[in-house]
Amino acid sequence: MANDEDRVFRALADPTRRFLLDRLFTRDGRTLTELESELEMTRFGVMKHLRVLEDAGLVVTRRSGREKLHYLNPVPIRLIHDRWIDKYAERRVSALASLKQKLEEIG
Amino acid sequence: MTTMTETNVTVQVHQVFIRATPEAIWDAITKPEFTRDYLYGTRVEYDLRPGGAFRSISGDSDEVLVDGEVIEADPPSKLVQTWRFLYDPELTAEGARRVTWEIEPGDGGVTKLTAIHELDGAPKTAEHVSGGWTYILSGLKTLLETGKPLAG
Repeated sequence: MANDEDRVFRALADPTRRFLLDRLFTRDGRTLTELESELEMTRFGVMKHLRVLEDAGLVVTRRSGREKLHYLNPVPIRLIHDRWIDKYAERRVSALASLKQKLEEIG
Repeated sequence: MTTMTETNVTVQVHQVFIRATPEAIWDAITKPEFTRDYLYGTRVEYDLRPGGAFRSISGDSDEVLVDGEVIEADPPSKLVQTWRFLYDPELTAEGARRVTWEIEPGDGGVTKLTAIHELDGAPKTAEHVSGGWTYILSGLKTLLETGKPLAG
């Protein structure tokens, strides 16, 4: 599953794509035209970025009548969090907690 | 088209790819021995036919936390049901909303699971579930791929 993670990190390593995710976070289920109107970029450029986000699973598209709507899918970010952030942050926190306990025992 | 598609903001779509068969994912959604390991310790009860009852029961007590109705059950590819939260009066007041689970087999033994929650006119419920869906789907993936619940 290393490839999936690579795609997520790569997709997030771009300010335009992070901007698009933030726009969808604010209001989900948007068309390409709506997203394009918020960026100084060609329609083709926005499409390319959305494709990278979709390949990484960060954006999911659904058809609604004649429109294709883009939805933010935060699950891959959660998986990165579980694998890469929780683990290290938790160790730091528990180290601080045991330090506090030791210091208080001494005091 | 005169206005933008405002109504669509009230749908939440969450998706995850799981290295498991569609049948295993179907069981993980519909059977209590699986849900207690990723769905906040709850156990589900499904009457898997149109109009059948759905309940999610607390693992600690016998309190019914969520209820609803089965609309369509097509194992192992599609389950349509409603959810109504009972543990908070404000959420209960917003009523039942439709949840669709779509299970699609893909290449290399990886199956795509998509959960679509229709939340029109239920802003409190929408806010309540948005973090929950990512937690549930990542927990379900971890459980099926490792056989163990997520730590913490």
